[in-house]
Amino acid sequence: MAKDEFKEFKLVGTRPDRPDGLDKVTGRARYGADISAPGMLWAAVLRSPHAHARIVKIDTSKAEALSGVKAVITRADFPTGLTGEDWNLQENTMAGERALYDGHAVAAVAATSKLRAEEAVRLIEVEYEVLPHVIDVDDAIKPDAPVIREGAADATVPEGMPPNVVRYMEFGRGDVEAGFAEADLVMEKTYKTEATHQGYIEPHACMGQMGADGKGEMWVCTQGQWFIRKMCAAVLGLETSQLRVTPSEIGGGFGGKTTIFMEPLSLALSKKAGGKPVKLVMSRSEVLRATGPTASASMDVKIGMKKDGTITGARAEFRMQGGAFPGSPVDMALYCCFAPYKLENVEHIGYDVLANRPKCAAYRAPGSPMGAFAVESLLDEMCRELDVDPLEMRLKNAVREGDTASYGPKYGSIGLVETLEATKAHPNLSIPLGPNQGRGIAAGYWFNHNGETSVSLAISEDGTAQVSVGTPDIGGSRASIALMTAETLGIPYEDVRVNVVETGALGVNEPTHGSRATFASGKAAVVAAGHAITEMCKRAANEWGIDPEAVEWVDGAAQPAGDNAGKFPPMTIAEIAGKMGSTGGPISGHHESVPEGVGASFGCHVVDVEVDPETGRTTILRYLVVQDAGRAIHPAYVEGQYQGGAAQGIGWALNEAYIYGEDGRLQNSVFLDYRVPVASDLPMIDTVIVEVPNPGHPYGVRGVGETGITPPLPAIANAIQEATGARLCDLPMSPPKVLAAIKAKGG
Amino acid sequence: MSKVHVTTSVNGDEVEFLADPRETLLDCLRDHIGLTGSKEGCGTGDCGACSVTLDGALVCSCLVLGVEADGKRVETIEGMADGAELHPLQRKFIEHAALQCGFCTPGILVAAKKLLETNPNPTEEEVRYWLAGNLCRCTGYDKIIRAVMDAAAELRQEAA
Repeated sequence: MAKDEFKEFKLVGTRPDRPDGLDKVTGRARYGADISAPGMLWAAVLRSPHAHARIVKIDTSKAEALSGVKAVITRADFPTGLTGEDWNLQENTMAGERALYDGHAVAAVAATSKLRAEEAVRLIEVEYEVLPHVIDVDDAIKPDAPVIREGAADATVPEGMPPNVVRYMEFGRGDVEAGFAEADLVMEKTYKTEATHQGYIEPHACMGQMGADGKGEMWVCTQGQWFIRKMCAAVLGLETSQLRVTPSEIGGGFGGKTTIFMEPLSLALSKKAGGKPVKLVMSRSEVLRATGPTASASMDVKIGMKKDGTITGARAEFRMQGGAFPGSPVDMALYCCFAPYKLENVEHIGYDVLANRPKCAAYRAPGSPMGAFAVESLLDEMCRELDVDPLEMRLKNAVREGDTASYGPKYGSIGLVETLEATKAHPNLSIPLGPNQGRGIAAGYWFNHNGETSVSLAISEDGTAQVSVGTPDIGGSRASIALMTAETLGIPYEDVRVNVVETGALGVNEPTHGSRATFASGKAAVVAAGHAITEMCKRAANEWGIDPEAVEWVDGAAQPAGDNAGKFPPMTIAEIAGKMGSTGGPISGHHESVPEGVGASFGCHVVDVEVDPETGRTTILRYLVVQDAGRAIHPAYVEGQYQGGAAQGIGWALNEAYIYGEDGRLQNSVFLDYRVPVASDLPMIDTVIVEVPNPGHPYGVRGVGETGITPPLPAIANAIQEATGARLCDLPMSPPKVLAAIKAKGG
Repeated sequence: MSKVHVTTSVNGDEVEFLADPRETLLDCLRDHIGLTGSKEGCGTGDCGACSVTLDGALVCSCLVLGVEADGKRVETIEGMADGAELHPLQRKFIEHAALQCGFCTPGILVAAKKLLETNPNPTEEEVRYWLAGNLCRCTGYDKIIRAVMDAAAELRQEAA
């Protein structure tokens, strides 16, 4: 199914070397912590050891007295009077009256060396009054739970709700009870998922500089330099345009680097230290304790199904905690959980709940994996009960173009049916399984996203092109954007250089998130290239003395459009570019928009597992990802997204979880204990790129980054049931839990 | 704490630096010598992003003190290519799209090079277990394993 070549395209769909490959295999690529500056100071942060505590007193005098210490800051150094999400960001950057989670920043130091800064942090004395804390979402939603913050609830929360519910939602259509009445089987179950971390290998790192004049600069590993600028400006009370933010290469983000955690500290320290640049690099432990993992979830799902597999009604009630601040992705989880299915009767209820944990951040298809775990698990059990093939059930209920999604909007062109058919046809499904082995199937969904996008393109004097984009390249987007630009201009791929630029160079861009970089920056680059082509046709027309309308652009050259236009040999991009100075000046194109035409993406995963009945350990034998890409611009990096999403989902399903002690402290804040999948845990991950082109993008792109993490959680649970007869409704499905489940059913 | 004068060889060049005895070899490489290709992903020897060889032994440079490098040979990612000519592993990583963000790549390349010096004809399983100490969060390892196997095949052909 994966087509590496489209007849109509020369470059789109090919697999050239990525432009940043050489830098990244030689160690030359510069990431967040790889830059230094003259006079630079190092920062270190003091963090709360308590899950919830009143900060009675902070004494920084000993730290300040240490030789080499240039600045110490606490919340007292930040502006006051912020509200809403600005206040949340400031409070999360540096605790105010209370520390709200284990790892919450309390003070920060800048000194002449890293070791000196760390010494100084140890000299800061903080007096805490420890308060009761709450960690689990089901505990946090109890009416008598410790209150994280009075008055945090927004207007959506009806009166009388428990105090930690800060947002409430309820939506749906039809009559769900009538739907259940129509069904031959109605099942209802509760599922839980624990918080997991994006686990990017590069810890957050930045170098900030801020003068007394309010002008500043920052080098930072981020998915979005404009978000960093906006948020730092808000937290510190700066004028946005006075801060220039340059993105480093980024060592993974998966949503976790779309916001700020410690970046304003480097600027505030720099300002207090007289404008010296301040480098701040998190340790792994700080990353796990104090950046944004995903939410944990507790979810009730009820579904009605007819004997033939038709879904007659569906209800989801999800509770999610996203840490000590509003913002868990419970809304997204609800939007996505039933999205693959055509439903007349559907009801969604959601609670966003506070707990004493770090402020959650986006993690690859935020919310969708949890919702899929609940819904796709229950659907699988119902198929078993009714003896319906799970793939046929999904095909029978699959949404198609024109259908109304479970969460409201009408679907445009989508490729779920094609994805399910491609799954059905895959040879992995006919491989026989042995004892203690099982096969699981699940579907998944992500909307994909557009967002503010600004791109500029300039033709160089030799006819090559440079493209400035605002979306950091995390997984090969320079390559995909170069391919589309070169295809549009009719020039070689190598003649296009795509640069990820700083905030001073373009209009506002949203981050590389929502699977949008190749869709949105790519689309804008194609439009910008079109503007440059129009200009180059005009230059040729002027030289030929014909109407610009009579010139067309073919294979990287202007040529008369037909015999009536006149007889002139094609004028190449290099010829036109070579004389731009005397024909009207620089030739460029730019485009700014929130690009319309987002194409949603569905996927279906099939996993074969073997479960050791004596230890409960699950081994992944085989793994298949089938997903609609719209069109794969660079198929190798599309496969990479599918494989990477699956691997993260496998980790979430089997190993990964935030483990808290009774004291509310995170117990597994290093990679040894927060165990992500390693090479020996996984098999090769098979991929099928389904291509139902998105009519909203010039080359059919949908976006491929996120859907792939959605199906693994339920697919593996379904496979484990097939292998053992035991149904796991609580992640992670670690060996002790699987063993207990096997024993509980008398296996 | 007073600093220690360290003389060592890094990628074949004699290098001297003053190390605080608490500083790791990784800190010294990055902050004193300016070789930032070795990365710190964890600081606890779990992720392998800081992999280098010390007198030929594959180590996590975050678990070695800088002062321990005195009188020893250190090889890092910066010394892997022969001038402008990439090592076959580096070339195959680009060809196979075996990197996404690229942050784990230097450590994986250093570790994989040591594997192929030790075992020129590894099975897939042997590659997976050798690299089990190098975390990659982006790729799911599939393309990394293929790139290493392909580089091994090319190196065997060259040697034959």
